[in-house]
Amino acid sequence: MSNTPIQASSPPNDREKQNIQKRKRKDSILKLVFLVATSVGIIALMLLLVTILMDGVRALNVDLFTQYPSRRASSSGLKSALVGTLYMVLIMLPLAFVIGVGAAIFLEEYAKKSVITRLIQLNISTLAGVPSIVYGILGLTLFVRAMALDRSLLAGALTMTLLILPVIIVSSQEAIKAVPSTRREASKALGATKWQTVQRAVLPSAFPGILTGIILAVSRAIGETAPLVMIGALTYVAFLPKNLLDQFTVMPIQIYNWISRPQAEFHNLAAAGIIVLLIILLTLNLIAIMLRNKFQKNL
Amino acid sequence: MENVQDHPFAGQKRRPTDHIMPVFLFLCAMISTLTTVGIVYTLFSESIAFFKQVPIFEFLGGTKWAPLIAPTHFGVLPLLMGTFLVTLISAVIAIPVGLASAIYLSEYASARVRKIIRPVLEVLAGVPTIVYGYFALTFISPILQVIFPGAGLFNALSAGIAVGIMIIPIVCSLSEEAMRAVPNSLRMGAYALGSTRLETALKVVLPAALSGVMSSFVLAFSRAIGETMIVTIAAGATPRMTANPLDSIQTMTAYIVQVSLGDTPHGSLAYGSIFAVGLTLFVITFLLNILAAAIAKRFREAY
Amino acid sequence: MNGIQIKDLSVSYGEQSALKQISFDIPQQSITALIGPSGCGKSTLLRTLNRMNDDTPGIQISGEIYIAGAPIYAKEVRVEKLRRYTGMVFQAPNPFPTSIYDNVAYGPRLYGITRKKDLDEVVERSLRAAALWEEVADKLKSHAFGLSGGQQQRLCIARALAVDPKVLLMDESTAALDPFSTQKIEELAKELSKLYTIVMVTHNLAQAARVSDQTAFLLNGELIEYGPTIQIFSKPNQGQTENYVAGRFG
Repeated sequence: MSNTPIQASSPPNDREKQNIQKRKRKDSILKLVFLVATSVGIIALMLLLVTILMDGVRALNVDLFTQYPSRRASSSGLKSALVGTLYMVLIMLPLAFVIGVGAAIFLEEYAKKSVITRLIQLNISTLAGVPSIVYGILGLTLFVRAMALDRSLLAGALTMTLLILPVIIVSSQEAIKAVPSTRREASKALGATKWQTVQRAVLPSAFPGILTGIILAVSRAIGETAPLVMIGALTYVAFLPKNLLDQFTVMPIQIYNWISRPQAEFHNLAAAGIIVLLIILLTLNLIAIMLRNKFQKNL
Repeated sequence: MENVQDHPFAGQKRRPTDHIMPVFLFLCAMISTLTTVGIVYTLFSESIAFFKQVPIFEFLGGTKWAPLIAPTHFGVLPLLMGTFLVTLISAVIAIPVGLASAIYLSEYASARVRKIIRPVLEVLAGVPTIVYGYFALTFISPILQVIFPGAGLFNALSAGIAVGIMIIPIVCSLSEEAMRAVPNSLRMGAYALGSTRLETALKVVLPAALSGVMSSFVLAFSRAIGETMIVTIAAGATPRMTANPLDSIQTMTAYIVQVSLGDTPHGSLAYGSIFAVGLTLFVITFLLNILAAAIAKRFREAY
Repeated sequence: MNGIQIKDLSVSYGEQSALKQISFDIPQQSITALIGPSGCGKSTLLRTLNRMNDDTPGIQISGEIYIAGAPIYAKEVRVEKLRRYTGMVFQAPNPFPTSIYDNVAYGPRLYGITRKKDLDEVVERSLRAAALWEEVADKLKSHAFGLSGGQQQRLCIARALAVDPKVLLMDESTAALDPFSTQKIEELAKELSKLYTIVMVTHNLAQAARVSDQTAFLLNGELIEYGPTIQIFSKPNQGQTENYVAGRFG
């Protein structure tokens, strides 16, 4: 064993002090750089919102909601687009809810861990990453042509249902997973069948989370343009759809139509339409967040 | 021996719901499988019909894309080039900004700052792409035209910037998640040795979170490639082989939209080209998504 | 025949053997304690009595258990019906996130009892039997999570009693409670044992000695000894029993 006694470290000499200073400076500089980078996103968002507000505020009036689109900007409005979006959501919602939550329940509560279930699970996460226009291509081929639904409200709603299904399944699975297993055990021990346990002990607890996921998914569908363009949602619809097989238009498509016109007034209309769209989406997201917070404690 | 009928726990017949429910739920789960089958079948079958008329090598190797007006050319490289150019520009913006933001949020920011910035990023992520398209056309493009006199209103740079802003939240939130998953004990160890925050972040946390971070890049890339409305509105409709970001180009997705909006007759070659391009798009994004998942899994640190 | 008869019960999870050839009889309307160190199989044994083990992946069960004179692993048995006969109380109180009333009414509602009058009756009866009625009679619609730990566990007992079982299975039911609540539940158990056959798994030797009439000592999946509690704790036949009970291991 060496005879050198263990020494307490001596205070830093000049060279070491300089080194520490340098590193600290680097740290402060880069902290600033990171902060600036983070602000880029925030600044971009603010620029976006301010631009749109400035452009659109002029065209924001009651006429915007009561008029159909027309060749003259001053008599154009969102009536058909708003109603079209609403109808589409009304058809999509129950379908996506039942199928999406149903699939989630199956995967979480009934499926035994096997190769097949893992494949289904993998399949769903894959679908979530497919570009939305590909769903449009599917919708065109399957609903518009093969099922001969033509460019109808129904075809559009079905296509959008398929689009948001993976997202709903995944978020519903999360909500169901979050229900503690002790709850299922208690229900089982009382003599409940599998379905009774799911229906009475699991779903009520998972429901707020499921609902939040659905609202967020639907709000995404409301803002989507590409798939509906493929379906053939018309960009010039001056009427309201009267039944499922009627032609239709939705907010984003109407906005797109106005953006494609060269005149400045149409750009202002587009901006106004965007404001309305964003307000709708913001409201939905706020509702979803409120729900999430309100029922968080209930778990 | 007791009569089987007298068994105290013998069953009443099962309620119908208990039998039907599992089947119904299974069918719901299968619909998602059928969706994939539908997508794959549609794309492949229509593309095969298309490739009977246009040799696949001409499609994949040709540098001219002129499907609608004679003389027609069906080389997809211009579309790929356009897509790639826009995606590259968006990555140049989103990756540094997203990663830096993630580092800031995960390693430097106080809880209060995080509380403000996170919702902002969530909002950014929720903005419909058509809004970014509008922004690109009416705000970004005019500014570019001032900075680079002679640039057209439709160009790849304008769309690329907008797409870049759009995918910042993907890079940021996924990278931040990966970094937050690094156990604090690793950081504490580094601090105890006298490391600055910067050194800890770059030498300890980031390497540990690398799989998640790189996976987020790939996913953002894939999202940018699949983006449709921004490029349709702002990038132009002129397919060409160019590396100049100020040029007007056309991406794969924008082409598909263009044909759908037009009056191209069903069954024509131009119509069939939608599926060939769609298939190309699908394969590319599919492979990227698999790559992202593989990266996340393979290099995941076991803590 | 009443009580529970266990014959040559063996349970294994895949390769792992959890219970080996367990045989003993549990007399009715008394308290039988299952004791033993962690991993000895006492919880597994308890869960075979109401077949809560059935869904565990890879589980293999052989042998037979007779409750109410009938084999519970017979083909014609409907598990839900068995579980109505055997109530279970778990280690940590696990009330459903609803009102006190709805917790107790959960079981009866499963069986189609929906009339308010009938439910009110069952709820009151069960809460009284669980010695909880006095404390919650005026706040039946309040949320179950607002109760203290000991009260929640008594609520879970009331919930189990509401389906009118004859057997009550308690899986370390006082492990998560403070001594005062533990005592209350022990007194409750003794009171209930006049009507119900109670089988309780416990890690708490003093509790087993205090409360139970019979005790079974398990070690590594085997039944080492079974007999009247007084005998097990004062003059056990097996050396291992004596060592465990004297606290020399476990």
